[in-house]
Amino acid sequence: MKKTIITVVGHDTVGIIAKVCTYLANNKINILDISQTIIDGYFNMMMIVDANQSAKSTSELVTELDQIGDEIGVVIRCQHEDIFNKMHRI
Amino acid sequence: MINIFEVHETNKMIEQEKLDVRTITMGISLLDCMDSDLSRLNENIYNKITAYAKNLVRVGQEIELEYGIPIVNKRISVTPAALIGSAACRGPEDYVTLAQTLDRAAHEVGVNFIGGFSALVGKGMTPSEERLIRAIPQALACTERVCSSVNIGSTRTGLNMDAVRLMGDVVKATAEATKEHDSLGCAKLVVFCNAPDDNPFMAGAFHGVTEPDAVINVGVSGPGVVKYALEQVRGANFEVLCETVKKTAFKVTRVGQLVAQEASARLGIPFGIVDLSLAPTPAVGDSVAEILQEMGLERVGAPGTTAALALLNDQVKKGGVMASSYVGGLSGAFIPVSEDQGMIDAVNDGALTLEKLEAMTCVCSVGLDMIAIPGDTPAASIAGILADEAAIGMINQKTTAVRVIPVIGKGVGEIVEFGGLLGYAPIMPVSRFSCEGFVNRGGRIPAPIHSFKN
Repeated sequence: MKKTIITVVGHDTVGIIAKVCTYLANNKINILDISQTIIDGYFNMMMIVDANQSAKSTSELVTELDQIGDEIGVVIRCQHEDIFNKMHRI
Repeated sequence: MINIFEVHETNKMIEQEKLDVRTITMGISLLDCMDSDLSRLNENIYNKITAYAKNLVRVGQEIELEYGIPIVNKRISVTPAALIGSAACRGPEDYVTLAQTLDRAAHEVGVNFIGGFSALVGKGMTPSEERLIRAIPQALACTERVCSSVNIGSTRTGLNMDAVRLMGDVVKATAEATKEHDSLGCAKLVVFCNAPDDNPFMAGAFHGVTEPDAVINVGVSGPGVVKYALEQVRGANFEVLCETVKKTAFKVTRVGQLVAQEASARLGIPFGIVDLSLAPTPAVGDSVAEILQEMGLERVGAPGTTAALALLNDQVKKGGVMASSYVGGLSGAFIPVSEDQGMIDAVNDGALTLEKLEAMTCVCSVGLDMIAIPGDTPAASIAGILADEAAIGMINQKTTAVRVIPVIGKGVGEIVEFGGLLGYAPIMPVSRFSCEGFVNRGGRIPAPIHSFKN
């Protein structure tokens, strides 16, 4: 199963998780795992999601999540998990 | 499973440390385009390139978006044009039409450079190869995206000094032909010794005759990532320093391997090699010179620079080799002057000279790269620089290359601006003593002995 990693980085404000999760639910994207921490003073959230059921293409998801990020003042990235697997696992 | 800190580390490399994949280069063989009729030859070349590469840029952009990794350049390399044009090109002007066709094809498919206006004349020149070489100044002046390279020697064949002497004139003539643009043509012309067949990096890329019909080669980069990693081990001993470079090179190369495999699968073209190069850009924090300075040099060019560069080059290879299934090209650390802010600063401060750069090329991945020299440098002196650099490559069994730009109308201390990734450079002095009597002798320098190494 192809997994996608969504990261949210920025200043913590009310409703970040809600907004991102609503978008994911509306697009039939299943959240497999969520973790959250503060790195270098910034709010960092990582979601591992399954976007295989979504009707949207990866490029649409990337662009739309980027827009949502702009609206709430955080950076949202959506990347194929393999870039991380390749770099950090032999 | 991947954790948040690993994801953060990767994204920080991309966002803050300028990790990118420098180029996806599609190599295309033009051997089956050969024809004795010039217009049919040009048509065959255009059709073959545009058919193979029509999706190259789009696929590159898709991969960029999906993995969130910038892929800065999408490029094409082709079979050395001197072979392809041998039956049809009766004079240099015919070869110029080939360059124009390559340029037109590059525009059509949207790549920013196409390499392979090349000749391999390590031991001798055919009349056709000489015609191509004589066409280079005009070809580079009337095209935008074509890159040219000439291999003038190897460890196995020795040096073709007739070709070296001719290339001295050709570099100078190219500078003259493009003097309206600060002799920019010379930034697209490389003179090699031991040129590899599978180099994805411009300006020296060409698709060797030992390669398949088409191939995907990827060049990685990431000097900023290495520099950041070294900042974390400031003052540590050489063991720690080397391990850090190695581990970082591994991570950087893995990204290149991933992109190469994806591009190959999506385009239906075999994966060739990953070139593990630290390729700087003029952007702050994307500099090989800064890595050397982070190791403890006040400025590049200080005593110790050659040792630091040797260490860096070797550790990059050691870390990268395990990260990729096939490694090739030039692999190591590039030291172009105009494309690296740290190198430019070192020249401006008087720390770095042409002679020190020459010493550094004994241990770097290629050679004298993107160095602006005075426009009145005699062609014989340029040939002398080419011969020196080629001799280093020949004797040390490594690839060396020269890309110098004699900037017509400008002298030492003036600045020349090439723009974009090519950057800007202060013009460096060249020895005023002549080598005319030496380079004018003609003939070949024999291949070196492979025993009694010292």
